[in-house]
Amino acid sequence: MKRYAIPFGIFAILLVFLGIGLRLKPQEVPSPFIGKPAPAFTLTRLEQADKTFSPQELRGKVWLLNVWASWCTSCRAEHPALVAFAKQVTVPIVGLNYMDAREDGSRWLDKLGNPYALSVFDSDGKVGTDYGVYGVPETFVIDRRGNIRLKLTGPVTPEIIKNTLLPLIRELDHA
Amino acid sequence: MRDRVATLLLWAALAPAAAQTADAALDRRVERVTAELRCLVCQNQTIADSHAELAVMLKRQVRDMLAHGASDRQAVDFMVQRYGDFVLYRPPVKAATWLLWFGPFALLLAGLALLFARLRARLREPDDDAFNEEFPA
Amino acid sequence: MIPELGNLALVLALCLAVLQATLPLAGSLNGNGRWLALARTAAVGQAVFVTLAFAILVHAFAVNDFSVAYVAANSNTALPLVYRITATWGGHEGSLLLWVQTLALWTVAVVAFSGQLPRATSARVLAVMGLVAIGFLAFTLFTSNPFDRSLPAPPDGRDLNPLLQDVGMIVHPPLLYMGYVGFSVAFAFAIAALIGGELDAAWARWARPWTLVAWTFLTLGIFLGSFWAYYELGWGGWWFWDAVENASFMPWLVGAALIHSLAVTEKRGAFRNWTVLLAILAFSLSLLGTFLVRSGVLTSVHAFASDPRRGLFILVFLAIVIGGSLALFAWRAPAVGLGGRFALFSRESLLLVNNVLLLVAAATVLLGTLYPLFLDAVGGGKISVGPPYFEAVFVPLMVPVLLLAAVGPFVAWKSGSARDVALRLRPAALFAAVSGAAAFLVAHLSPAVAVGLLLGAWTLGATLQLVVRHLRHAPRGTPLVARASRQGAAWWGMVVAHAGVGIFVVGVTLVKGTETADDVSLRVGGSARAGDYTFTFEALEKVRASNYVGARATFAVAHDGAPVATLHPEKRYYTVQQMPTTEAAIDRGFARDLYVALGEATRDGTWTVRIQHKPFMGWIWAGCLVIAAGGLLAAVDRRYRARRVGVSDAVRAAPEIAIQVPTTSRSA
Repeated sequence: MKRYAIPFGIFAILLVFLGIGLRLKPQEVPSPFIGKPAPAFTLTRLEQADKTFSPQELRGKVWLLNVWASWCTSCRAEHPALVAFAKQVTVPIVGLNYMDAREDGSRWLDKLGNPYALSVFDSDGKVGTDYGVYGVPETFVIDRRGNIRLKLTGPVTPEIIKNTLLPLIRELDHA
Repeated sequence: MRDRVATLLLWAALAPAAAQTADAALDRRVERVTAELRCLVCQNQTIADSHAELAVMLKRQVRDMLAHGASDRQAVDFMVQRYGDFVLYRPPVKAATWLLWFGPFALLLAGLALLFARLRARLREPDDDAFNEEFPA
Repeated sequence: MIPELGNLALVLALCLAVLQATLPLAGSLNGNGRWLALARTAAVGQAVFVTLAFAILVHAFAVNDFSVAYVAANSNTALPLVYRITATWGGHEGSLLLWVQTLALWTVAVVAFSGQLPRATSARVLAVMGLVAIGFLAFTLFTSNPFDRSLPAPPDGRDLNPLLQDVGMIVHPPLLYMGYVGFSVAFAFAIAALIGGELDAAWARWARPWTLVAWTFLTLGIFLGSFWAYYELGWGGWWFWDAVENASFMPWLVGAALIHSLAVTEKRGAFRNWTVLLAILAFSLSLLGTFLVRSGVLTSVHAFASDPRRGLFILVFLAIVIGGSLALFAWRAPAVGLGGRFALFSRESLLLVNNVLLLVAAATVLLGTLYPLFLDAVGGGKISVGPPYFEAVFVPLMVPVLLLAAVGPFVAWKSGSARDVALRLRPAALFAAVSGAAAFLVAHLSPAVAVGLLLGAWTLGATLQLVVRHLRHAPRGTPLVARASRQGAAWWGMVVAHAGVGIFVVGVTLVKGTETADDVSLRVGGSARAGDYTFTFEALEKVRASNYVGARATFAVAHDGAPVATLHPEKRYYTVQQMPTTEAAIDRGFARDLYVALGEATRDGTWTVRIQHKPFMGWIWAGCLVIAAGGLLAAVDRRYRARRVGVSDAVRAAPEIAIQVPTTSRSA
């Protein structure tokens, strides 16, 4: 009477999925931009409101875009790791000051150290939205051709730097 | 994650900008579109209902787009381009979701068909007289 | 010192549960009378120790013992006493203890009310419940112990989540758990029957009242959750198809199917395997719900702990209990006889169609809830499945259910005539058609609303017709009360529950189809409209309580110039958790709800306010309550309370004989 075993069979399959589910992270929103060009923008720089920056300018280089804000406590937590990282590598890190006030942002960098080659000022968050930013901090790795290769949500830790960022940058550098 | 006081101030600063329009029809459209979009921060509310600053900001962006002549479809596509299918509370109908959208009806038809077949098959079996005495109609 | 006693009590309870689960089961198989008798003793003992542990935890909250880590995480000295006590189940560990406590209550109930069961059967039932208790007690003791200390004790606690500081928190979880855990009784009966091989009408008669009571509690628990969310969350919503809501809805749907299926098995002895499977499924879904909300596998605002390690424990437990019971089913079910025959058009077959429909509905909810997980697990990316999906798919599935619910009671057992039934139901059909047409043509409501009203009217009309018909079929001069009591409580329960469904459908249709809402920015003195009502913001005052500060607004609501109500929505800021909450103000009426909730304020005193007019919102709540009343009524039918000792019972009392085909037994 094999059909009486059908409920058991269905349950077994369900169990496998639930088991796999324990290792997934349902809250993380994956970026649809992986492998796609980084969205273009032109924003004023944080410290010099009369100068602008576009991702175009870094074509041919591997670089990082780090989304931060002075009101964000997790950004404060990741900042020392970023400062150390900036000293370690020649890869430029561009900061995107997200939905902040100019003076607050500048003051924050003065106080905590500036790992950024430069920071752009995104006061209304529109550029952030274009990049699919939904929380702060977030970090993007962009390759020589201007494509986004990785998006990290949440603070960058020394482990992440060592195990994820450095190997990826090395790989992209050689490409 | 966020500094709470600053968040509240940010809410306060953004609130009036969100609701000043006198255009009721546009309001309704914005509500309709954002009611099907998921707030990525709280993740358990629609962008229409959420008070998170990201949601308020995205709602404003949708309003701007619709006010400038974008269609509902275009506004939704804008969000999907940036946040992926995750932002849609109505999952798109594509190969990956055929089971989701058509499964229930397929299951219903299969279930009813199976039931019908089983009942017909039982009618062909010999009647259990003793049993029927225990359970008179 | 006392919390350690609580821990000890749980350990003792676990030991007794082990005893309860093993020896009586063995005794039922080898006929050892002493082991059989152990069941009741061990069960009661286990319940006593669980209750002791629960009381100790409540006590720790009441006296603000912050050296207990769980108390420190969920309470505060400024928290009023009543909420300090309900905070006992405000977090993961405590709510698990509530689960265990509820199981203890049901266990004691089974011990108390199972006097007429054969000893082997009741021993097996208690053994299975003991097995479930082992799982939950072990889970509590080894991964989620509420009595863990945190030394040195913090001076004050982190306070209960402000959203939970409400009457809803006092009643919703206990009632919900009474439902979830109550299905374990039907489950235990099913397993007992599979083990013993005695799956007959008597089994169904024993299992049905327990199932009805559990299902009634679940109905009330879900209703309360919705009712509470409606006024607590501040945006006028009451059902969001959230993972946790779905986790409670699935057992409800399967439970409803089970109740109907038990009726078939009880009356006609038919499809017993199917009923057993449903009993296993209903409780399995309760357990699955426990897993979903505590493992972090799904995102939900309602989720307790998102701890994959705990999730693994529950998953293993699920594998053992559900996998084990389904394996037992696969092994033992074929041995059970087939039961009586019935025509393709008969009450039995329609009840089975009901089962198929309700099960497909439950499967749909499960599919929608778990699909994001499925897709992510196979690398298909992340999607969200929310209300638009469920409404698009679930509502159409309910249409045939509503159509048939009205028809079923009119169809005869064994063989019915479709033509007779159709002719008989003409008045109800006419009433439904007129209602739908009036909605569409006269009130200019949308086609969807018209269909919904048609279905609601159909259900109510047919149910009324049923009542009238049965009350009329009596000798002249019989008083109404006598006529009414000729039908048993079970029949009236069905009538009331079906009527409740009709009321609910009318409410949902009208609310979803015709409600109006407005989000406006108002200053004191400003006003806005929703529906035909004008809401004027008259005043704002500050309020202060022991653990929150806030603003309380006064809104005057008028209809065509005539004052209708004064509403006082509040915005509170709970100082310990630093969390704001919205306390909506609702004016409930027979035909509409008026709803005002404060949003955010700017420094210059402008508030965003959400105003809503929701026609017939109260009918949704009324419908739920009437359904619950129907369930309760059906459970107290005399045939479940009478002691029936017949030849069949005496024969079955001998544990070694498993009756498989009920040809030699007759009920007294």
